[in-house]
Amino acid sequence: MALRWAMKALGPKTALVAPASCLNVVVGLWPKTAPNFPFINMAFAAAAAAASGISAAFKAKDSKFPGKVWGKMTSLVFAGDGGTTDIGIQGLSGAAERNSDILYVCYDNEAYMNTGIQRSSSTPHGARTTTTPFGKQRFKKNLPAIVAAHNVPYVATCCISYPIDLYEKFKKAKEIKGFRYIHILAPCPPGWGFASEDTVKMGKMAVETGFWILYEVENGEFKLSKPSKKYLDPSKRRPIQEYLEIQKRFNTLSEVGLVKWQENIKNAWKYIELELELKEKKE
Amino acid sequence: MSQKEQEIKFISGNVAAAYAARSAKVQVISAYPITPQTTVVEKLSDFVDSGDMPAQYIKVESEHSVMAALVGASIAGTRTFSATAGQGLLYMSEMVHWAAGTRLPIVMTIASRGIAPPWNIWADFTDVISQRDAGWLISFASSHQEIYDSVLMAYKICENEEVLLPMFIAYGGFVLSHTSKPVIIEPDNKLEKFLPPLPDEKGWPHIFIDPERPMMHGNLIMPSGFYYEFRMKIHDEMMKSTHIIKQVALEFEKIFGRSYGNGLIQEYKMDDAEVALINIGGLALQAEQAVDELRQEGYKVGSVKLRHFRPFPIDEIINIAKKVDVIGVVDRDTAFGSPTGGAVSSECKSALHNTGIDTIILPIITGIGGREVSVEQQKEEFKILMILEETGELPKDMIHGTLWDGVLEVK
Repeated sequence: MALRWAMKALGPKTALVAPASCLNVVVGLWPKTAPNFPFINMAFAAAAAAASGISAAFKAKDSKFPGKVWGKMTSLVFAGDGGTTDIGIQGLSGAAERNSDILYVCYDNEAYMNTGIQRSSSTPHGARTTTTPFGKQRFKKNLPAIVAAHNVPYVATCCISYPIDLYEKFKKAKEIKGFRYIHILAPCPPGWGFASEDTVKMGKMAVETGFWILYEVENGEFKLSKPSKKYLDPSKRRPIQEYLEIQKRFNTLSEVGLVKWQENIKNAWKYIELELELKEKKE
Repeated sequence: MSQKEQEIKFISGNVAAAYAARSAKVQVISAYPITPQTTVVEKLSDFVDSGDMPAQYIKVESEHSVMAALVGASIAGTRTFSATAGQGLLYMSEMVHWAAGTRLPIVMTIASRGIAPPWNIWADFTDVISQRDAGWLISFASSHQEIYDSVLMAYKICENEEVLLPMFIAYGGFVLSHTSKPVIIEPDNKLEKFLPPLPDEKGWPHIFIDPERPMMHGNLIMPSGFYYEFRMKIHDEMMKSTHIIKQVALEFEKIFGRSYGNGLIQEYKMDDAEVALINIGGLALQAEQAVDELRQEGYKVGSVKLRHFRPFPIDEIINIAKKVDVIGVVDRDTAFGSPTGGAVSSECKSALHNTGIDTIILPIITGIGGREVSVEQQKEEFKILMILEETGELPKDMIHGTLWDGVLEVK
């Protein structure tokens, strides 16, 4: 779903690199293929570097065959949270620091879903997975903030439940040169334990409870996105219990765990407030 | 940017490798520094950043990313180059396999060094030998000039549509990487005659990234699909590439006047030899000096430089075995638990199996971790072979059937 909207924004002059993830399976088994744009399956840890190589090759081809399509191509990575926050983070950080001309997208379903729901560093506190049968102790790694700390031209967070916001961010990212990062929260029905038809609702709740915050950092400038703006006011946020209760993966979460969640959301917003204050001072 | 005249430069083996990449008009480079390869990375940075070489140079954060970047760049249809050594090669191993599986003509030089622990940065080919089954062609260079020349030949071999596989060119760390010798840098007009043209806009015939011709590569394939056949083809075309290697060596000799035997092996005074010593890398060149000195003393000995380990020159080894009764096969690498403990000797023995040839092969392992191997020591190796030939007597102190020449006594 996220890929469909993303490709709508990016158009066919896009080469997609996909490390090991659900996407490898979704696109179909050899020799049947679904996408109508160049699509390269890649080793788990290798996506950011491979896309950097493709981007460099486009530049080499653009200088050898000027005026053709090569100067207009987008090198895109579409990786899961495991491929991004865990095994792929070194290559991702390298590409971000080099400011490689690629668009890196993480679709985050908060666990290794392809191999059957194992915890990743993007799995949130209290979530049960097959490798955290009593709920994960640690909190979700804040990867968008880590990438933003690389001072790259563009970082954005998205959620599949807000397709217009997502579409606009991809449109914007497409026009920017250098390293661009978009992190999409993508609820996974079997992995999280809810009915498929509630997928959009689940993503909306993640935003409405203030757990998942939609924002952009463009050339160091922080901007809270429209759907998340009103949740700057804590009283507007839905109680986080509502979000946790309807997902089976949280059914062993204790009272202490719930308090931890609440504190964690509060802290996340403190960081946002700080960013907004800084921005005001600058202005 | 362009090289109008032939030039002779007094340069290290590493710098020769960098010059070769420039001469080959490489379009995309990715590399990560590692001793003893580092000066390749530095020289290439000089070339690219000064505008002397119009290439894209991706300075990545690790060797795994080096090969990932080159896989991407090569799939997109550009000529690519890298260099590494030892631990770096092991770290990129996953992508080394990926490059061959994608059938990409990537060329990479290896300034070979010992594998840790303990840390060792000196000549030892165990690094490249550890990747022997990855689907890369593997060649060894024994001199500074041969490093430069081998890189040029590599592009012509690898980009041949009947091959389309990547190649390593390995040479001993420090022995060749950091010593300096005169190297001929060839002019553009001659290079153009020899090298294949750079890939055109369409890229390689079998794989490309082109929005006009969308292609999906590498998706999951069921056991009933063509995975098995893809693998068979890699072996098939690797074995057949021996013809291309020979053809390219001939053509190289014709244009540049430097001979590398038949491309797969290079014989030295083998015509009337009674015993032969097979070596890889720099020790092969040094063995020729040992041959000269022994010949002056009246011994009929000959030396063979094994230029290619992949594809393995089976026919050539059989021919050598037909000429002499005893062959010493020297490994500057270890293959623990294999029949001889060394990769080259194990494969030489395997090549002679069921041929009806009863030539004796004496496996020798030497120079591990950069341990010095002198000409005197090599002369002694020849003498051991001659005793074996005359009396059938094996040297004392063999370890599991192999002579570990130069090993210290371990308590």
